[in-house]
Amino acid sequence: MMLRLEGLSKTYKTGDTALGDVDLSVPKGQIVGLIGPSGAGKSTLIRCINRLVEPTKGKVMLGDVDLAALGKRELRRQRRRIGMIFQEYALVERLTVMENVLSGRLGYVSFWRSFLRRYPGADVQRAYRLLDRVGLIDHADKRADALSGGQRQRVGIARALAQDPELLLVDEPTASLDPKTSRQIMRLLTEICAERDLPAIVNIHDVPLAQQFVQRIVGLRAGRIVFDGSPDQLTQSVLTEIYGAEDWDAMRKDDEDQKSAETEQRARLEAIA
Amino acid sequence: MEGSYPSTWRRPPQILTDRRVRIGLQVGIAIYLVLAIGTLEVDWARVATGMERGQRFVMGFLQPDFVSRWDDILRGLIESLTMTLTSTVLGVALSVPLGIGAARNLAPRPVYYVCRSIIAVSRSLQEIIIAIFLVAMFGFGPFAGFLTLAFATIGFLGKLLADDIEEIDARQAEAVRATGASWGQLVNYAVQPQVMPRLIGLSLYRLDINFRESAVIGIVGAGGIGATLNTAIDRYEYDSAGAILLIIIGVVMIAEYGSSYLRKFLQ
Repeated sequence: MMLRLEGLSKTYKTGDTALGDVDLSVPKGQIVGLIGPSGAGKSTLIRCINRLVEPTKGKVMLGDVDLAALGKRELRRQRRRIGMIFQEYALVERLTVMENVLSGRLGYVSFWRSFLRRYPGADVQRAYRLLDRVGLIDHADKRADALSGGQRQRVGIARALAQDPELLLVDEPTASLDPKTSRQIMRLLTEICAERDLPAIVNIHDVPLAQQFVQRIVGLRAGRIVFDGSPDQLTQSVLTEIYGAEDWDAMRKDDEDQKSAETEQRARLEAIA
Repeated sequence: MEGSYPSTWRRPPQILTDRRVRIGLQVGIAIYLVLAIGTLEVDWARVATGMERGQRFVMGFLQPDFVSRWDDILRGLIESLTMTLTSTVLGVALSVPLGIGAARNLAPRPVYYVCRSIIAVSRSLQEIIIAIFLVAMFGFGPFAGFLTLAFATIGFLGKLLADDIEEIDARQAEAVRATGASWGQLVNYAVQPQVMPRLIGLSLYRLDINFRESAVIGIVGAGGIGATLNTAIDRYEYDSAGAILLIIIGVVMIAEYGSSYLRKFLQ
């Protein structure tokens, strides 16, 4: 097991329990889709893993290391092993694309190297290779805020990969993207995880999209895991348990409509070109 | 079915919902205003003589004399410009660490309180008061002025920088933190790019405030063009004083246009 959460709990100062006793194991190469209504604790869960949010109780085992028990300095070293991809990209907008990708190396280089932007040659090479992999090598010198949403998220992916991570945490990667770009981003993520045998936890609102791309789905409700299984085990009654009552078939149908609309659009665009 | 809905709408009162309280308050303010104006004592005879002096002053303006005191004016101007530039540079250099220390989201609590206190002291003392104090300590001349302006710059820039840092986009900072970055790297990669344009803009703005202030604090003995202006007024040389004021206005205008152009360039 690459990642193992044991009895992970988070209670905020206000007394709200965001996570209650979560146990979860993720083996190498597996992509887990984390679904659940807003406020169910999805975002808290993945942030407790790299301790952007401090867990109140429990263990976070990454390989042999318990991340929850680390001191500040050691935590920073261990964070290098975990790449994170954010909702709305969270790129530093006024820095160039290259600086954003290189910032994935911050945990490996000294302050002065990073301050003077004099990264080791291998880091720069890796950054170019990653930008090429996500199809943005020509945009290296542009400022991040000059890119479109989908391009920015691909820079976000390159930044996470620059860390040479052993685990990816992905927080709503497609929340601000259009359906087509969302699919491209999800496809890129799954390809990359397969190439590198990387495990990933992906928070995702869009259930059909999750079902299409991930191998395993975990449903969270009010800070507790209420479902853990393969995408096709995700029946109407399970969804109702996670989200509450709603007409799920209508949503599935919507999704099929969207897909056919997309194919149609693609065909039309090809005709113009 | 248009008929069943009202066709007029008025914005409901937002703060004082009670009509009587509202009217009472308006009447109260009107009465206070009348009474307050009634207590002002105006000595019209004094105003008449004052008008005459004012007229002489204005006439001096209309015939500014740049020539007869040109050496004094030039020396004062150069002194002021030197004072302005050096004090702004020192002030900015000190206010950056102070501003970072006074940002709640970057500094530990004790550091935050110390830095905020320094800023509060600097902001609560008006430049003239600091200048009087520093002139008493270091004697007449531009050195006291330089220290005054540097100290005032720290309060101004430190506070605005700290407030700006507290309002940065936290997601960008979170993303940098997640890579395993140290505190220094976080400041350099996530905070600096977000606050830099504003810091440059504020520094340029402070540069022209410092020039204007250098004219004011000169009057209490802190050197520069203000001292020259004070001397001219003391000698009743309103024509020279007029020339000095015109030069001050000119320099401030140049600084204003220059800095707004630069700020636009930095977007």
